[in-house]
Amino acid sequence: MKRNITIFAIILLIAGATALFLRSQQEASTVKIGYITTLSGGAGIIGKQMQNAVELAMVHKDRKLGGLDAEIIYADDQRKPDVAKQLANRLVKSDKVDVVAGVIWSNLLMAIHKPVTRSDTLLISSNAGPSPIAGNKCHENFFSMSWQNDQTPEAMGKHMQDAGVKSVYLMAPNYQAGKDMLAGVKRYYKGNVAGEVYTKLGQSDFQAELSSLRAAKPEATMIFQPGGMGINFVKQWKQAGMDKVSKLYTVFSVDGVSLPALKDSALGILGTQTWSPDLDNAINKKFVADYKAKHGAYPSFYAAQAYDTILAIDHAISKSGSTDTAKMRAALASGEIPTTRGNLKMNTNHFPIQNVYLREAVMDADGVVTTKVIETVFIDHADSYAVNCKF
Amino acid sequence: MTLTLFLEQLFNGLQAGVTLFLVAAGLTLILGIMDFVFLAHGAQVMIGAYAAAAITAATGNFYIGVALAIPVTFASGYFLEYLIIRHLYQRDHMDQVLATFGLILFFNEAIRIGFGPAALFSNLPPSLSGFVEILPDTPYPTFRLVVIAIGLICALAIHIFVSRTRIGAVVRAGANNPEMTAALGINIKILFRLIFATGACLAGVAGMMLGPLTAVQPGMGEPLLILSLVVIIIGGIGSVRGAFIAAIIVGLVDTLGRIFLPSLLRLFFEQATADGAGPALASMLVYILMAVVLIFRPTGLFPAKV
Repeated sequence: MKRNITIFAIILLIAGATALFLRSQQEASTVKIGYITTLSGGAGIIGKQMQNAVELAMVHKDRKLGGLDAEIIYADDQRKPDVAKQLANRLVKSDKVDVVAGVIWSNLLMAIHKPVTRSDTLLISSNAGPSPIAGNKCHENFFSMSWQNDQTPEAMGKHMQDAGVKSVYLMAPNYQAGKDMLAGVKRYYKGNVAGEVYTKLGQSDFQAELSSLRAAKPEATMIFQPGGMGINFVKQWKQAGMDKVSKLYTVFSVDGVSLPALKDSALGILGTQTWSPDLDNAINKKFVADYKAKHGAYPSFYAAQAYDTILAIDHAISKSGSTDTAKMRAALASGEIPTTRGNLKMNTNHFPIQNVYLREAVMDADGVVTTKVIETVFIDHADSYAVNCKF
Repeated sequence: MTLTLFLEQLFNGLQAGVTLFLVAAGLTLILGIMDFVFLAHGAQVMIGAYAAAAITAATGNFYIGVALAIPVTFASGYFLEYLIIRHLYQRDHMDQVLATFGLILFFNEAIRIGFGPAALFSNLPPSLSGFVEILPDTPYPTFRLVVIAIGLICALAIHIFVSRTRIGAVVRAGANNPEMTAALGINIKILFRLIFATGACLAGVAGMMLGPLTAVQPGMGEPLLILSLVVIIIGGIGSVRGAFIAAIIVGLVDTLGRIFLPSLLRLFFEQATADGAGPALASMLVYILMAVVLIFRPTGLFPAKV
């Protein structure tokens, strides 16, 4: 009897170990990525472009990341922080993803940052880069494949300073990112700020603001009006003949999302960005050409960053040879990640150290309006919050 | 602050108000005369804008685009009433809210499926993209003057129609006592359907006017719907005259508040506080106005005579 029990126990042990072994085998041979973005509502176009880019990256990689079969689970955050938090929890706890990625909006990233990073899962942002998680609230499991919010407007401020602009009128929507953007500009622009106006988030008519701007007669105007607001603003700027009054500079307002709706009315408008469709490297050329061939339009920077996110995961797994969080983290932290922006360096707070370019809206050979790099404002620009980040 | 800038801002407020009136006019008729809660009015704005932009893109002529979009919006209102709305008249207001809220989702998704989630290209024809010197040294976009003119013409036409014509008298009678009007041999069902379609058409015209100014994208009408509900509450439900005056008031309060409130606050607070509170307070102004009107005149400024 006693012997029987011993044999039975041994059989159970073997069976259990085999099951565990099989399970770990299975886990090791596939990689699961939860991709959170906004697929519905007015901003659905941004999420759609990001999804297109992720799918393109998967096609380019033959649906294998670092040699392992890869599965992407898309989740629509509806641009709501509470929904994003629920999705992140579901992806981490029940889908047991190896990486959570995506996220367009800073407030949504803030909502999911703690739950994801603390569950020992990598979190990679394809867009948002709020200052707290670059500074004292940083976490080693977070990586940015985009930028820290301030980097792009800082370049705009530096360009205006270098160009000798005497006075500038600043305009942004009244929310955290709007205030961060204008603060970024003012960190490098030391001239006269003729006006600082905060508009309503989602505002559609800017005629009244343009009337006031005309009366203030600033030499330059710098706006941050992302998405549909950028379309509204630029249309009305042109219709009001504002080009004769002031020179327009932009950040995150004239891009692959708004250009198809603006077409040649956007020509000549300047903006800064860390990426442009004409960046001269093999990865970017292939990405832009294949994206255009498949979707009939230029990708936006959102798409490029989404593509880079998948490339980064691929790089992390192939370099570390595993989907273990600590090993992937070490691989990403050491930088030299191949992206559409060249080999990306990583700062100590896991945000990229990268060039920021001045782009102009131009017409390409086929008569399609796109952006072209005309100057490199910053080479290897690091964000200013990394000093406050201690893991 | 110069006098010309102030006058120009008054003009901007007038233009915003007139656009708002086009949306609110139809809504106040539907809500006041037909006693029907219709939340999908913003979708009619979107349909107007998309119809005009798509036809303009296909024909290459903005005027043809608008001319053909008007019957499209009228027809969309007509068939919407025939297919769905008329079955809801006997239901209570909560059912109407739920059903028409469902229509908002339906129309936004239908547009997204048909035209894609990206904003449509729509711009002004060269003949309307010039400027007119309304005041010395103040060039004003011609198209915005056209918007004001069209809004005022529509307002006058509705006023004459409702108060001076025989059909207008029937409409008023139908609002007052539908059973008695029907007993006099007037087809009240067709009458309501035509009112509904006209309201949809007016909202569509607002959409056509907004198309070249703003982004033509799914859900573009919703912000206008909320403001036009404020307008008809201030103006008095069912009153076209009230809707007109309230729309102008809301347009002016919103525009002037947005522009002058932050600089006014800067006189009393430090800049950081003023910059934060100013825009927030400005966006609340019209709702504060509505609350004040509701306290002192619960039926609105110009209640419809019933």
